[in-house]
Amino acid sequence: MADENKPNGKNGKVGLVDRVKEDIQAMKVDIPTKAKEQIEGLKDPTKTQVYTSIFRHKHDDTPRNRALGVLSNVFLHLHPAKINRDAVRYSYTWGMGGITFFLFIILTYTGVLLMFYYHPSKVQAFRDVLYLEHDVPFGKILRNMHRWAAHLMVIGVWLHMFRVFLTGSYKKPREFNWNIGVLLLVFTLLLSFTGYLLPDDQLGFWAVTVGTNMARATPLLGHEGPFGSMLGMTPYNDVRFGLLGGSIVDANALLRSYIWHCIGIPIVASILMIVHFWRVRKDGGISGPAPVMLEAEADKPRRGPKAAGE
Amino acid sequence: MDWRQLWEICSAPDNVPIVGLIPLLGFYIYLAWKQAHANDLLIAQLEGDPALAKTHHRKTWPFKPGWQKEVHVWPFLLRIEFLAAIIVTIILMVWSITLNAPLEEPANPNLTMNPAKAPWYFLGLQEMLVYFDPWIAGVVMPTMIIVGLMVIPYIDTNPLGSGYYTWKQRKFSIGTFLFGFIILWIAMIIIGTFIRGPGWQWFWPGQTWDHNRLIYEVNRDLPDIFGITSNIAKVIFGAIVVGGYYLLGGFLVYSLFRRYMGKDFKRMSLLQFSITQFLLLSMVALPLKMGLRLLWHIKYVWITPWFNV
Repeated sequence: MADENKPNGKNGKVGLVDRVKEDIQAMKVDIPTKAKEQIEGLKDPTKTQVYTSIFRHKHDDTPRNRALGVLSNVFLHLHPAKINRDAVRYSYTWGMGGITFFLFIILTYTGVLLMFYYHPSKVQAFRDVLYLEHDVPFGKILRNMHRWAAHLMVIGVWLHMFRVFLTGSYKKPREFNWNIGVLLLVFTLLLSFTGYLLPDDQLGFWAVTVGTNMARATPLLGHEGPFGSMLGMTPYNDVRFGLLGGSIVDANALLRSYIWHCIGIPIVASILMIVHFWRVRKDGGISGPAPVMLEAEADKPRRGPKAAGE
Repeated sequence: MDWRQLWEICSAPDNVPIVGLIPLLGFYIYLAWKQAHANDLLIAQLEGDPALAKTHHRKTWPFKPGWQKEVHVWPFLLRIEFLAAIIVTIILMVWSITLNAPLEEPANPNLTMNPAKAPWYFLGLQEMLVYFDPWIAGVVMPTMIIVGLMVIPYIDTNPLGSGYYTWKQRKFSIGTFLFGFIILWIAMIIIGTFIRGPGWQWFWPGQTWDHNRLIYEVNRDLPDIFGITSNIAKVIFGAIVVGGYYLLGGFLVYSLFRRYMGKDFKRMSLLQFSITQFLLLSMVALPLKMGLRLLWHIKYVWITPWFNV
């Protein structure tokens, strides 16, 4: 307001120039100071607002930060902060559960990429695979990785189950989690099986034909199964028809396979995996290596998750 | 000896995983056995020395006073997981670069593949089709395998051996599992992968797959051997044989349990014990039926108008 009362015209214009000059003077001091501060700040990025907003704890190597590094991370917080010193021994765990999960992630990743190049239709499916193998950059290795990761995952699940059985890890209190695991085995095999048809080649076609032909013979629900025809089952309304969306392996079967393979089963399997991992923690963490029990202690009541561990 | 044939089977891209699984299984059985043996020795030592049992930390690995019982997940577990992820990725990459996923000709319903084989992990089921009708091999057996696996925690009442490898404390359960997994499941897959050729005929490893081979083999039914001709008699005969197998077998299982696994038997409820009996006998029925078929060419035991066993 005071400025406006000053004489107008030329004086006002001079005032603007003065102001600009003044600002330039100020800038010459302000910006280098700020730049210095900025550079100083960059020397310790862990103090920046961006860093502290992402990582909610300090980075110094203290026991507290080691624990927080696991607990405050959504991906790592499945782990406890600390585990039994022997539980990290590879000879005990074989690491197969984790490897199976890692392969599932690889399969999801490569699978999504494959979906970009694939149409689940009788006309296109096989050509898409040829196109993928010969024209898409890295298409061949993409398909190979998906295929071999699937085989490895089956092996991983089997070895994981084998280890869990041999260490008696399905025993109290982990009975229910073993059941979830058995279901995950079934879904792993179903994922493999539904994927087998997708290239729409002779291999997949005949494997799925042989496989689903067994469904004809389902007792009660298949048209060739015991008591099936008595219940009015025909090739056009039995359980095989439901699986294939037709009486032969054709376009509908391809589409159904695709949807089960890419959407249906992965969602169900993911939910079961969430439960599986959650229960591993809730049932007292990894089962061992636990101290050995003696015959005399067998029938003593032991309850709760801790009983199996320490 | 047709080495080329053998090589063709082993090097078929989709068979490579089962070829790799065999040594892998051998390694892990060895690893488990080594630890089980060490634990069994420790258990025997502690059983014989109650004073030591009270103070011992009860593991075969060294533990000294003052050592921390627990370690941080970060970095001690996470670095292992990270390494495992890298190693798996490298293996997968190398495998994917060196070996191509199979792609046959476009699907053609008019041209049957011979042999038409399922992926290797299902070949155990496919092999079962030889010995049983599809409703058993394809539906009932898989269901029983899944249900059987799921009830394991509820019928295994032995509280020993939870969280450590052992053999002597769990001879029956581990023996049964090894029998089911290694002898039945894996061996059937090996037969399905390496032995079965065109027409699902039996070709010894190294024998050339002859697509025109004919086998003049007469499979008989068990009632025929006993000269039973009428349909009703066949139904009754089969029911007696199958029922008798389960009854006599059940009694055998009972007497073995009573004699050799008294403690486990005492802990089991009637339901737990009868489920164990049934699953065990059904599992043993598979190699028995295989033997009947492969050695004596017997196809069915129980013939009814509705189903055959």
